[in-house]
Amino acid sequence: MLPEAVSANLKVAALVSIGQHPKSGRARRADQDARAVEMGIGLCGNKLNLVHAGETGSQEDLEQALRQYLGMGMTSMTVLRQPTGSDALPALVSHFRDHSADIILAGMRAESGEASGMLPYLLADRLGLPLVPAVAEVLSINEREAEVLQALPRGQRRKLKVTVPFIATVDQAAQAPRQIAFGPSRRGSLDLEASVEQQDEEKAAWEESPARKRPKRLNIKKAKTAADRFKAATAKPQGEGGRILKDESDREKAQAILDLLVSEGVIK
Amino acid sequence: MSSLIRRDPRIERIARNRLHPLHQSLVGGSTEQRGPTGLLRKDPRAGYFMGPNGLKRKDRTGNNAPGAARLQRGASGATASEPLLPLHKVESPAHFIVCVLDMVGGRLTSHDKDVLGQAHLLAKSASSEAAVVAVVFGDHREEGFDKAGVDRLIHFNGDDTLSYQGYCPELKLAALQSVESALSPLYWLFPDSIHGGTDLGCRLSARIGERPANHAWQVDKDNTVCRGGSDRIDIRRNTPRLILLAEECAMPIDETRHEVLSLEIELITQAESRIQDLGAVDVDPSQIPLAEAEFILSAGNGVRDWDQFHEVATSLGATEGASRVAVDDGFMPRFRQVGATGTWVTARVYIAVGISGAIQHLQGIGQCEKVVAINTDPGCDMVKRADLTVIGRSQDILGELLQLYKARQTGSSTLSQTKEPDSVSNQEKQDKEARCVA
Repeated sequence: MLPEAVSANLKVAALVSIGQHPKSGRARRADQDARAVEMGIGLCGNKLNLVHAGETGSQEDLEQALRQYLGMGMTSMTVLRQPTGSDALPALVSHFRDHSADIILAGMRAESGEASGMLPYLLADRLGLPLVPAVAEVLSINEREAEVLQALPRGQRRKLKVTVPFIATVDQAAQAPRQIAFGPSRRGSLDLEASVEQQDEEKAAWEESPARKRPKRLNIKKAKTAADRFKAATAKPQGEGGRILKDESDREKAQAILDLLVSEGVIK
Repeated sequence: MSSLIRRDPRIERIARNRLHPLHQSLVGGSTEQRGPTGLLRKDPRAGYFMGPNGLKRKDRTGNNAPGAARLQRGASGATASEPLLPLHKVESPAHFIVCVLDMVGGRLTSHDKDVLGQAHLLAKSASSEAAVVAVVFGDHREEGFDKAGVDRLIHFNGDDTLSYQGYCPELKLAALQSVESALSPLYWLFPDSIHGGTDLGCRLSARIGERPANHAWQVDKDNTVCRGGSDRIDIRRNTPRLILLAEECAMPIDETRHEVLSLEIELITQAESRIQDLGAVDVDPSQIPLAEAEFILSAGNGVRDWDQFHEVATSLGATEGASRVAVDDGFMPRFRQVGATGTWVTARVYIAVGISGAIQHLQGIGQCEKVVAINTDPGCDMVKRADLTVIGRSQDILGELLQLYKARQTGSSTLSQTKEPDSVSNQEKQDKEARCVA
């Protein structure tokens, strides 16, 4: 799936974060970020620039999770050191002002914490770049513009043309990430860089609790009279009883199906 | 309000007084009448009706009692038709709560209605009168804005130079910025949905510098509860100005009508044009994951001619599914299985060919909108679930369907040839019948 006209000196960066297993909560490579890395490797091979802003590798399991991205075939990763509870945005903005990139790839939403999905949008706004959300594939790219395939609900795709440089968030529909190789993940280097430290003060005031199960919405029937209420409580939820064609000819039966397909708009 | 039932004491007095000159006109045909000898005669049949199973039932609805309708002032006529809901008016709004709606297919989605319901909850708790404003882009086909709770409607319809059809987040963002500067809304509400609500909300939030509450599912004036990443935590925080609301965040409006006055907003912000929509791309239906496919042709034990089945699926552009039996027998791969042990599908149209409808299979298609059953057995469970059932051999019907579809395709491309394919297919049909007979 190599795109057509990849210019030789295309600079691609992928933003990676520390993910969280949805059930066990263990740190891991985030799935969408891994897809972004996979897309980046497809675009420029191992010249891909991995950037992570956040806590340093002080905790063993967090470092292990970061190294999983290196295990996809990268030799190094830029880590912008920040103390816990910092805002990643200013660090990334200053990083990309110094080291410009043609394409910045990121996941749609983090796997832990607030997971607002705002970071790519804020980064695009600060750097003045266009943002394309939910990209499934980069079709072609040259110095001025790129054609990308955007994933829509129900497996549909839309082709977009966007000016280079740009930021793209990578959808779940993009190519699945490759497996992690243990050796490269151990050998790869984390290049620690000092960066802007700015505490996220608003977030400090929030209360976090384990997710409660959301109450299921009840189907409340409003009835004016007692008879209506009685009927609503006792009546079987009966299907309206669809149309049944039995004695018609095969052609009429097929026509009825075709008419339904056309009226539902599934065939043109 | 005309829909309220009110007692009319004067008419009630007349109804009680048999000597009143207007009494007969009110109570005419009553259950009690004076016979010719002056005796009071009762009609034993009045006030009853025959129930559906032939038993006599007492009529408790109160509608059929003679004169009952007339005794109530203003109730005439209104009860027969749909009751007119009370109109909720916002005369001079001090605040605006702006909801930017998805309008998938030009209609309000249930998510949109929930967002409008949430907007009204916030409007009620606002310090002074607030109007709920809906922002709609491009053409729409919705007629029920009044019942969904839209007080004011901003419709950006576009013109020749700029159109809001397709993917145009930059144009929409510029329009929303104009709304921001014209109304400076109390709240901005977006549906947190894959249909564009999240994208637009995040863009606006980054542009106007408001930190949003994403995936909020419990919102009031002071606090908002948001769902965090991987759905593992809830975050309780102060309610911000810009909120991206999860599905089922509030109940939709159903007891009031609203004015839907249109608001004109002048576009003042120049849109960027760095993203260009090149249109939808044809997708191979067999590549679409079964769980999100829109149109599924599913095969069961009743399918004999598998080549024909695959051909129909490819030419109609349907994603293939299968029942457990078809998978166990090795005709279809395991990942195509629909049902409790396979995939739970959400198709809009689901055609079940030769599937009798085991309960596990019916569970799997619970969310499908239209189900078509092709089966030889008219008593099977799938027939009860289906919206359209065709009783007959699946081979014959699929063959006819394929021919009709091909005739339709050639007919739509070249109008002059509409007659020909018909005659051809008729010929083929006759051939087939001849073969069957032989």
